[in-house]
Amino acid sequence: MPENKFLRNNLGLMGWISGGRYGVERYAYALHRLTGLGILLYFLLHIFVTSSRLLGESTWEAVMRALSSPVFKWGEFLVYLAFGYHALNGVRLVMAELGFFLGVPKQPVYPYTHSVKRQRPLLVLVMAVAAVIVLLGGYDFLGFAGR
Amino acid sequence: MKTRESTFWTWHLLAGGIILVVLGIHMAIMHLSKMLGTGGETHEVVQWTLVRMRSIDFAFAFMYVVLLGAALYHGLYGLRTIILELTLPERAEKFVSAVIVLLGFALFILGSYSTIAFYAMNGPMR
Repeated sequence: MPENKFLRNNLGLMGWISGGRYGVERYAYALHRLTGLGILLYFLLHIFVTSSRLLGESTWEAVMRALSSPVFKWGEFLVYLAFGYHALNGVRLVMAELGFFLGVPKQPVYPYTHSVKRQRPLLVLVMAVAAVIVLLGGYDFLGFAGR
Repeated sequence: MKTRESTFWTWHLLAGGIILVVLGIHMAIMHLSKMLGTGGETHEVVQWTLVRMRSIDFAFAFMYVVLLGAALYHGLYGLRTIILELTLPERAEKFVSAVIVLLGFALFILGSYSTIAFYAMNGPMR
């Protein structure tokens, strides 16, 4: 949330990936943001593309022909990959935000554990589900299904 | 303490939940169509006949407008958060927020107008 007025963000965007000894969750965070920005860019263009149906069948067909090249097809598949990752990782983030899978505060007794470690199985689980969704989508999207 | 920003953040999470459901349905129809039997291959589901059929179905038209609003809010609020995290001067932050709000409203009007107008011109009310 953009509320912190006390500290300058000196690392800027580089802080997403290089600011210390980050755990895997930090890279998941960076990828979440990158995929979010990619999806947003696609979505803004998608609004204009889908709005063209209002201009009638010939305009729609012309727009679809212009977007039917392999470059756009692969681009759309990348957006699908980004969606699969962003959605599943987003579920994990909402769970963590609401306090699920983090455990309760405990005395620091050896072997030490912490909330990030406790939610890690959830990260593995959602990434596995995201991988399945991506594979299914790839199978269908790239035209393998039904061949 | 609940602030205006924490309310916006809560809406961001709620919009994410709405998108997960509605975009999940959209993706299943558009990109898992062959496998799930929801319409044919990707290049077939964007053919005019099918696009028209979905656009004049009230459930689809309603879903498109809900998805448009939720996705614009979720995406543009996320973009604003990323930009404001760079700790810009306060005037620049206000400018960024204003541009993002205006962009969001403009795109919502464009997207929802095209959906509602198409439904009104070609749908069952015609």
